Amino acid sequence: MKMKLTFWKVVFIVIMGLGLYSTFIRYFYGLGAVSNMTDQFPWGFWIGFDCLCGVMLAAGGFCVIGAVYLFNVKRLHSVVRPAVLTAFLGYLLFIVGLLFDLGRPWFIWHQLIYMNPHSVMFEVGMCVMTYTTVLFFEFLPNVFERFNLKAPIKWIKKIYPVLVVLSILLSTLHQSSLGSLYLIMPSKLHPFWYSSALPFLFFGSAIAVGLAMTIFESTQSAKALGRHLELPVLIELGGALLVALWVNALLRFEDYFHRGILRQIFKPSYEAYFLWLELALAFVIPITLLSFKKVRLSPNGLYLASVICLLGFITNRLNVSLIGFETYVGHHYMPKWTEFSVTLMIIAMGFALFGVAVKYLPIFPPTSPEEKSAVARSRQFETEPVAGAEVLTNAGD
Amino acid sequence: MSKALLYDATMCIGCKQCESACARQNNLPYDDKVAAESVQSAHKYTVVMTKDDKFMRRLCMHCEHPACASACPVGAFHKTKEGPVVYDVWKCIGCRYCMVACAFNQPKYEWGSLNPRVRKCIMCPDRVAAGKQTACAEICPTGATKFGDRDDLIREAQDRIRQNPTTYLPRIYGLNEVGGTCVLILSSVKAEEYGYPASEKIGDTPIPEYTGRVMSKIPDFIPVWSLVLGGIYWISHRRSEVAAAEAAETAQERDKKNGRAQ
Repeated sequence: MKMKLTFWKVVFIVIMGLGLYSTFIRYFYGLGAVSNMTDQFPWGFWIGFDCLCGVMLAAGGFCVIGAVYLFNVKRLHSVVRPAVLTAFLGYLLFIVGLLFDLGRPWFIWHQLIYMNPHSVMFEVGMCVMTYTTVLFFEFLPNVFERFNLKAPIKWIKKIYPVLVVLSILLSTLHQSSLGSLYLIMPSKLHPFWYSSALPFLFFGSAIAVGLAMTIFESTQSAKALGRHLELPVLIELGGALLVALWVNALLRFEDYFHRGILRQIFKPSYEAYFLWLELALAFVIPITLLSFKKVRLSPNGLYLASVICLLGFITNRLNVSLIGFETYVGHHYMPKWTEFSVTLMIIAMGFALFGVAVKYLPIFPPTSPEEKSAVARSRQFETEPVAGAEVLTNAGD
Repeated sequence: MSKALLYDATMCIGCKQCESACARQNNLPYDDKVAAESVQSAHKYTVVMTKDDKFMRRLCMHCEHPACASACPVGAFHKTKEGPVVYDVWKCIGCRYCMVACAFNQPKYEWGSLNPRVRKCIMCPDRVAAGKQTACAEICPTGATKFGDRDDLIREAQDRIRQNPTTYLPRIYGLNEVGGTCVLILSSVKAEEYGYPASEKIGDTPIPEYTGRVMSKIPDFIPVWSLVLGGIYWISHRRSEVAAAEAAETAQERDKKNGRAQ
């Protein structure tokens, strides 16, 4: 088979090459050489982005599973498989990210034998471990179907109610616990982001992000795979997203109101600029956009609102994990390029794996040949769609 | 009874013998270059700082309720009954949550190592368990660092303040901070000026309580939430089952009627 080199493939290879170089530095020269983390800034970009944002962006899985199986909203059934796939890959890559960030990753299994039930980190670790297993079982039917294995699909169907309940339970626990992690630093984290409501805020935003991510990935894969968009499903998700954003915005407002720092928010300061950016991207712009019926009914409008909202919550997680500590520490933390390149490599791996999975597994219902050729004709100029999708998101990050 | 260290900054002459004794005790390198370093690091557990010919020592505070021990997912830290907060390197996975959790920023990391350890003062646990004093207290020529029972040291510190109210600030740093620590500090200048976190900022609440409030609810939350979720599942599916059955029934009746009509 001849490989055609396209622009996006070159970009992919460059990202992987730089990432492998950084991986080499990480494991042969240590954390100090590969990152700008110090004793003052022991948690850097990998915790902020790969872990906090990674888990948040994989929330689509439990949101859709919850809607379709728990609340029996059958209309959304077509997005279950891609959402579960995204979540499964997301958690796998989160674990890959952990292997970079942990100082002694070869002892990660100690988590299973030396348990400290008082530790939030322990709870996050256990939940992520079990939830990844649950996602694996939810993902398995794709593989069984591909190889026409009827019996195992029946077994999975039998335990599916348990899987559904476990999915939501474990997600509730660890999505909120990622916020609880920061409860232990009341004197360090800036009051804009330190709040005893952190677990609720993290869980609430995970639901909004899960919905936005599902819209984003459905649109993206429709573009990439030359499929028709299932607009009614997206419109429904968009409506839910608008409600979720309002609830989140209200939670944030209540939190600031009760802690009496509403006035402080409007005073210009280093932290305030980042907070404004976060609030604008996460709430003001997407809520305004989605309030227009025209936007809520158009695929491009929904896509735009979701992407802005995703960027907003990514800013939120980075504010909590990085910006919120800078005043306390007394200096800025800027990740080294090798930290970025490892993250980029992990994201690129995610897109590549997603591409491979949808190519070989029945993630999306098969399109009829006429439809496929019609879509292909209308998209003649978009070659290499999967790689294109990938770079689009990378640019977003 | 818990052992502790009382550091009286007004008695300190800045000889740094505690630094070198600490390095010897813990097999850390110590030479003029290390002595000149004014910050703690993975190879310097304690430091004597100088500011306008006054001195201040820094070391792990050995909290009565250590944040590091509650934060560590694998329980690599624990407080011994004698007072020291010790570290088990074998358990450690290197997540560094202890470092961000500590209000005093005491745990330091071997950033250059390929098998890095968390490093901090462990209050000579072997010596303390054997009934001896810590290396730093033993070597201190002026008695600025004094080892003893925590309660006795608190009483002594209060006496010193009472007898020399003009010399000392009227407080013992570490008495109540984050629920009390096993390192107590007396000084004429605020410890905050040397980089110690402000008392009012860290408060008197033991740090583990902040996460404990949430973690303590989890054992109850899991069964309750599972039941709620299971209930929702059952109801929503039961509803569609009933709807399907009703639809089938009406269809049957309609068929019957149609049959009779014919």
